[in-house]
Amino acid sequence: MHASAQPASSESDTKTAPGAVTLTGVTKQFGDFTAVEALDLEVKPGEFLSMLGPSGSGKTTVLRMIAGFENVTSGSIRLSGLDVTEVPPHARQVNTVFQDYALFPHLTIAENVGYGLRVAGVPRAERAAQVGVALEQVRLSAVSNRLPHQLSGGQRQRIALARALILRPQVLLLDEPLGALDKQLREEMQIELKQIQREVGITFIFVTHDQEEALTLSDRVAVFNNGRIEQVGTAREVYEFPATEFVAKFLGQSNLVPASLSSDGMQSSVRPERVRLLRATDPASAGSISMLGTISETVYSGPTTRFIVATEAGVSIIAERPNDHHPSAESAFSRGDRVRVEWTKDHASRIA
Amino acid sequence: MLRLSLGAKFTLGTIVAIALAFMYIPLFLVVVNSFSAARLSSWPIDSFSTIWWEKAFVSEPIRAALLNSVIVGLGATTIALILGTLVAFALQRYTFFGKQSVNLLVVLPIALPGIVTGVALNNTYNRVLEPIGIEVGYFGMIIAHGSFCIVMVFNNVLARLRRINPSIEEASRDLGATPWQTFRLVTFPQFRSAFVAGAILAFALSFDEVVVTIFTAPPGVDTLPLWIMNQMARPNEASLVNVVATIVIVASFIPVWVSQRLARGADERD
Repeated sequence: MHASAQPASSESDTKTAPGAVTLTGVTKQFGDFTAVEALDLEVKPGEFLSMLGPSGSGKTTVLRMIAGFENVTSGSIRLSGLDVTEVPPHARQVNTVFQDYALFPHLTIAENVGYGLRVAGVPRAERAAQVGVALEQVRLSAVSNRLPHQLSGGQRQRIALARALILRPQVLLLDEPLGALDKQLREEMQIELKQIQREVGITFIFVTHDQEEALTLSDRVAVFNNGRIEQVGTAREVYEFPATEFVAKFLGQSNLVPASLSSDGMQSSVRPERVRLLRATDPASAGSISMLGTISETVYSGPTTRFIVATEAGVSIIAERPNDHHPSAESAFSRGDRVRVEWTKDHASRIA
Repeated sequence: MLRLSLGAKFTLGTIVAIALAFMYIPLFLVVVNSFSAARLSSWPIDSFSTIWWEKAFVSEPIRAALLNSVIVGLGATTIALILGTLVAFALQRYTFFGKQSVNLLVVLPIALPGIVTGVALNNTYNRVLEPIGIEVGYFGMIIAHGSFCIVMVFNNVLARLRRINPSIEEASRDLGATPWQTFRLVTFPQFRSAFVAGAILAFALSFDEVVVTIFTAPPGVDTLPLWIMNQMARPNEASLVNVVATIVIVASFIPVWVSQRLARGADERD
């Protein structure tokens, strides 16, 4: 029943339908070590959700608990409203793309892709037809009779994807699937993943430690730290309005402004590209937080230049400016210049 | 690649030739003497004859001994395959109290001198089990062989299990396979060659075992090695032994060939 091609649930259902995956108070302990602590998360049907965090933050453990490879210590996991906390992995309608792809080394590519159908008892002829379609979808029909070790990393990646998707799972789990690929291939695969997800309309849960990857791919990002979720939100929300210091720092660069310097007495975070750099002689804009200081360092990085400003208030503020002046001209600001840094209050995010 | 001087090549070649000659000329003598008309082995042989081959083929004791060897070998191999594989899985997959001791106890019988194993089992069979009415008989010999054949399967299978990527079994479960389907379709094919290699080694070990067999064979039962030993003690029909030895030499090529093929197959896949 796992493999039976289910008709895609009609669009109208999804609005009222329960979450594709609902985690309630999920805790995982390995001996004395708490890998995941009282985690609540609801993944919406058809959503592309990334679980982002440093290694050891619990994101992979959560993925493995959803797949059923790890038991939960306490709490519950529901798939489309159905409690699967005690259901073994082979009876859950989720499929996984493993970090190392985990292709069966002794089976051909076609046999790998058809494996799920085979164990579900799908007749050979029908299996062959579905495998053909699946291989075409990832543009690898030509290698169907080869063994996994004869394929390149990128090809294996796509086969792992085809093998998991052929069963039309409710949820596809991806465990750092692009981690082993080189940069260029990774960017190609990101686009391809996004396209495939839109085509099949399956819920994707994507584990990564690469913040850029999480931001570009996801509808929503859950930021993990020390076995907890620090923040869940759209890419824009978590980037522009980080809720905690950890999120502010993990997702790109951030200026942390201590509570003593802000108007409302709360610590806040300002992204470097939101900081305006002015001459010290320029007046402060109304409704802005403004500080005077000296440029202590300039860092040219192609599309932008970052200026590190030692302010009189005692904090160091990074301002990032696009390099939109004439390519051969030097930047208008250089090291040692007296400057004013300021930002609109709305552009600062209060953090806990 | 190491570059060798002509002199070194010549010296090494000579050493190899001498070593191989020492190993294979005696075997060659056995084969040649099996076609001698004489009762005793000699070199060169006086006259060519197939009389000993004819005698061997109709000899009831030889047939019985060969059959015994095969039955005991297959029985011991079966025990070794089942128990050796199970213990390899237990030690590779689980952590439990006394794990290291179990490992040691499984390997120990192969290191133990056969004479000790033989005496110990003989005492157990005759002085402990028989008085309480348990006649092990023929099975005693099979169990005795099994005890040291287990390690052949155990070592081979364990080494291979350690190299299996654990995530392929998870992938199988993830794709809807039950634990049994996963074992049959994914896990077993991964260690099948080690399993077969272990079986061949176990059978070979049992087939030429002498010492333990002497102490555990029921009265009047000979395996092939026991029969050969007894014939050598009565040398008037030594040429008959040469025929049997020749057959065993030829038969030995089969497991060597199979295991080399398996090894090559495994290398190509890695």
